[in-house]
Order: sequence, then structure tokens, then C-alpha cells
Amino acid sequence: MISRRERALSYAILIVFAALATLPLIGVLTSALAPRSQSSASFSWPDRLDWGNFSEAWAEGHFATYLASSVLVTVSVVLLTAVLAILAGYSFAHFTYPCRSLLFYTTLIGLMVPPEAFVIPLYFNLRSLGLTDSYWSLILPQTAQSLAFGIFWMRNFFRSVPSSVIEAARLDGASDWRVLWQILVPSGRPALVTMAMLVFMWTWNEFLLPLVMITNESKRTAPLGLAFFQGEHTTQFSLLAAASVIVALPVVILYVFLQRHFISGMLSGAVKG
Amino acid sequence: MAVTTPRTPAHKRPAEAPRRRRPAGRRGRIQAKGYLYLLPAFTVLAAFLLVPLGQLVQISLYHWDGLSGSTWAGLANYAEIARSPQLRASFVHSLVLIVFYAVVPTVLALMLAGVTTRAARLRGASFFRAVIFLPQIVAMVVTATAWTAIYAPDGVLNTLLRAIGLKSVTRAWLGDFGTALPAVGLIGTWLEIGLCLVLFISGISQIPRELYEAAKVDGAGAVREFFAVTLPGLRGQITVALTLTVIAALRTFDLVYITTHGGPGDSTSLPAFEVYNRAFSTGQVGSACAIAVVLTLIILLVTYAITKLQPKED
Repeated sequence: MISRRERALSYAILIVFAALATLPLIGVLTSALAPRSQSSASFSWPDRLDWGNFSEAWAEGHFATYLASSVLVTVSVVLLTAVLAILAGYSFAHFTYPCRSLLFYTTLIGLMVPPEAFVIPLYFNLRSLGLTDSYWSLILPQTAQSLAFGIFWMRNFFRSVPSSVIEAARLDGASDWRVLWQILVPSGRPALVTMAMLVFMWTWNEFLLPLVMITNESKRTAPLGLAFFQGEHTTQFSLLAAASVIVALPVVILYVFLQRHFISGMLSGAVKG
Repeated sequence: MAVTTPRTPAHKRPAEAPRRRRPAGRRGRIQAKGYLYLLPAFTVLAAFLLVPLGQLVQISLYHWDGLSGSTWAGLANYAEIARSPQLRASFVHSLVLIVFYAVVPTVLALMLAGVTTRAARLRGASFFRAVIFLPQIVAMVVTATAWTAIYAPDGVLNTLLRAIGLKSVTRAWLGDFGTALPAVGLIGTWLEIGLCLVLFISGISQIPRELYEAAKVDGAGAVREFFAVTLPGLRGQITVALTLTVIAALRTFDLVYITTHGGPGDSTSLPAFEVYNRAFSTGQVGSACAIAVVLTLIILLVTYAITKLQPKED
């Protein structure tokens, strides 16, 4: 079918761009594994594998604390978003009430506006409530941001379920609540996994919100911790690289196993900063 | 079995019947319960996103340093955006980034996808797809760290240039007035080209093969085939690619905050960076909010325009 020339050309293009995409990241990985004696301001290729940078970054850079903050915030945001988006998506997909479209389009606003737009008033609101420098100042705003996408996503999924399935359950006397949790949610596992993965990634990688909200060092998230760590260790790239690997790894591991969900979700037009 | 009857409320339970004002199908009933399902999500969304968005517009009409009282400014903060060369420059820098983030990756990926119209069917295609897409999921802080090392005075790029005898070209790429902005832009190209390529390769695999066969029968060369079959077939994907990449360019903050902090001078300052800087470093909260309003409006307008540009399917 495919001519040999076209096949070779296709592979050549794929290989070149795969290499371009990964080389900067591989450079970080090899530098992280290089012994301290080799450390420079740039990428290095290790003569021997050395895990010393990781233990030093972990201990000196307090990355254990940062990762704990990130895990707490990310898991809370994913769970809250999932539950609230399921309920709201169900409401938009299967109930009829006045102002439904208006309310739906209002939630879509959250998909379009950049975080820079609402972070300033949000900061002053939370400061007057004494909530800045708390995990709540990260969890609640990021849940709100993720919900704009989550509601849209779950509504589309619930609408795609054939109504005959729901009618049948109703005939059997199932309540709306039971239809949702016993029929719709179990059949929507792929959609839910995609949503959870995207929200996990966005929350884990978020930088602006922790930068604005958090001054207490012990509450820094991993990316924020890395940014401060970078300011202090510009000349020891191997240490910085190890810290970078620690920050990137959780999302990359999830991506390795669930890349289809990531790619299809992000290409469906999902926009978030 | 399949009797086609109009949807009647025959299945409804009698106990609920009196509450319904309008007997119709499932979608036609008015159910106040819908509000209850929506309430928790909408409360969070309103309190932490929609209300602050309204306050943003309000604050933008005042002079405020974030601490003491505020004074009414009217549209002065907006007028400042038009007047201040520094702020105007930040929006111009955004335009430059759009070229690097959106135009270059889209055009390049289209050309590459055009010559590999069957790449999605090759063995190992899903592996390549995953690898090429990788930059999209890595935290921006990590990407910025990697590229700082590439652009550093004794970094990867300069080492390569020295090795091929171009020592005179070497410089601190992110610290040079002339090269800092394009250097940041190239990171954007690196970030977005994979996204475009993955989108277009998967889009081409959905174009019916017969169209390519027909073009060949008509004696179309590679170029005509591209313009007659590939490009029209990818309209939808091009819209998505442009929307995602243009918004990414306009929103750029993390990357600039970490790599250049807007410098040297103001040569890489961007609207999102000015918003942060004025609100949280220099105590010009009103001005920061005005910039944020303008930036948001630009993003909404651009998104709308790109969707409108897409020719309608016939």
C-alpha cells in the first residue's frame, strides 16, 4: 500500500520530531544522574550513574514537603471536581428548567478566561478572609477552574448516553439519583478517567496560583518549590535537574500509562492555562 | 418491538405527575431538582471565579495600591495601556509570540503532515504520537529549567556553536536584548509543534483515502493534492490547533517568569507578566486589573475570530 519512499520519509519525520521533543527532557534526566563532580551550568552526560543529586535535592530542597503539599492539593481538587462536575453535568444533560442554557453558558466563561484575570481579586478576597497561605486558597480556586471544563465534559458524556437506557431504568422505578450513580457513572468510566487525568495534570503543574497565594515555605507546591530552588542553585545544574525530574515524574508516569486519555482530552479543545 | 410512537409521558410515576407543568418527554419536563444538582458546583464556580471576574472590572476603574484606600480612576488605567510605551510593547511582544507559538508550528506541522499522509497507519505510530506530544504535559517550570540550560552562556547551544566554528555568534541568548524574545518564542515553538503534528496526523487519517486516489487519477502532484485534499480535510483540526496555540501564546506567564523575568530591560515583558508584576510587586493593582481585562477581551475575541474564520462545511 504505502510506497517504500513514503514510508521512509514518514519515519524520518517522526523520528526527527520525537528526538526534538525529548532531547531537552533527556538532557535534564542525564544531568540529574551525573555525579556532582561533573556538574556544570548545562546538560551533562554521566560517566557513571549517581543518585546523589536526588537525595540531596530531596533533603536540601525540601522536596518531600513540596510533594506532600502537591499531592494533598491535587488529590483534593481532582475528587472535588469529579463529584461536583458529575452532579452539574447530569443537571445540564438530563433536567429541564428555566435559565438552563444561560447557566450553562455562564459556566463556560470559566473555560475561556485566563487565570491572570481572576487571580488578583481572588487574592484580596481570600486575604481578607485570612485564607491566603492555606491549602484552601489553592484547592477551591483550582476546583472552580477545573469545574468549568469538568461540567462541559461530563454534560457532553451524559448527553451521549442513549436515552432509552435511562428510560428503561426509570420504568423500573429507579430515582434520578440512582440512575446517575448506578447507571451513568459506571458506564462513563473512560470519560471520568480522562477528566481526572487532565485535572490532575493542570493542578499539579499550576504555577501562578501558588506563586500568588503561598508565602509560607512549608506549603509550597512542587513547581513553586522548583522555581525557588532554581533561583538558589543556578550554577549546579545537576542538582536542579534532579529536582526537575522529581517535579515532572508523577505526571509523566501517569502519562506513560494513560497517554490516550491525555491526548484525546487535550485535543478535544480543552483549554486551560 | 420497535414501535414508533411519539414520546409520551406514559412511563411517569403517578406520584410525581402533579408537579409537572408541561407533560412532555424526559427533556421537556421542568424539574426544579435540576437546580439542586447544579448548586454545589455553581456555588464554587461563582465564589472563586465568576465573582472575582466581576470584581476585576470594578477594581480596574480605581487607583489602588492594594493596601490603603482606593480613588476613582474612571478609564485612566485603560488610557495608560494605550499611552505607556512599556505596556504597548508588552502587547506587541505577545504578537511576536503568536508567530512563534501558533503560526510557525501550524504551518510547519501542516507541511510535514502533508508529506506523511499515511503516518497514522505506520507501525509504532502511537508510540511516536505519545513521544511527540510529551512537551505538552511536562510542568512549565521543568521546561523552563531545561531551556535555561540550553540557552545559558556555557550551555548546550553555545557549546554546539563553538564546535562548528561559530564562536562569534555565541551569546547569553536569554540575556541579550536582541535575542531574548525570539529565544522564549522558540521554546513556544518547541512546546506547540508536537500538539499540531499529532492533531494533523490523526486528522489526515480520517480523510477518505478515495479522495487521494481520485486526486492521483486526475494527475494532481503533491502540491495540488495538498491544497485540494489535505488542507480542506483538516479545517477542523487547524481551528483547534490555532485556538489552543494562540491562547497559549497570549497567556504565557510561567515561562517568562522563570527564564527572563521580563528582562533584559522590558524586552520579554508580556501582558500576563505585567498583570502579575503590577498587582503583586509594584502596588499598581488598578492598572494590573485593567491589563487583565484587556487581555481577557483579546483572548475572547481571538477565540471567536478563529472559530468564525473556519469555512462552513458544505
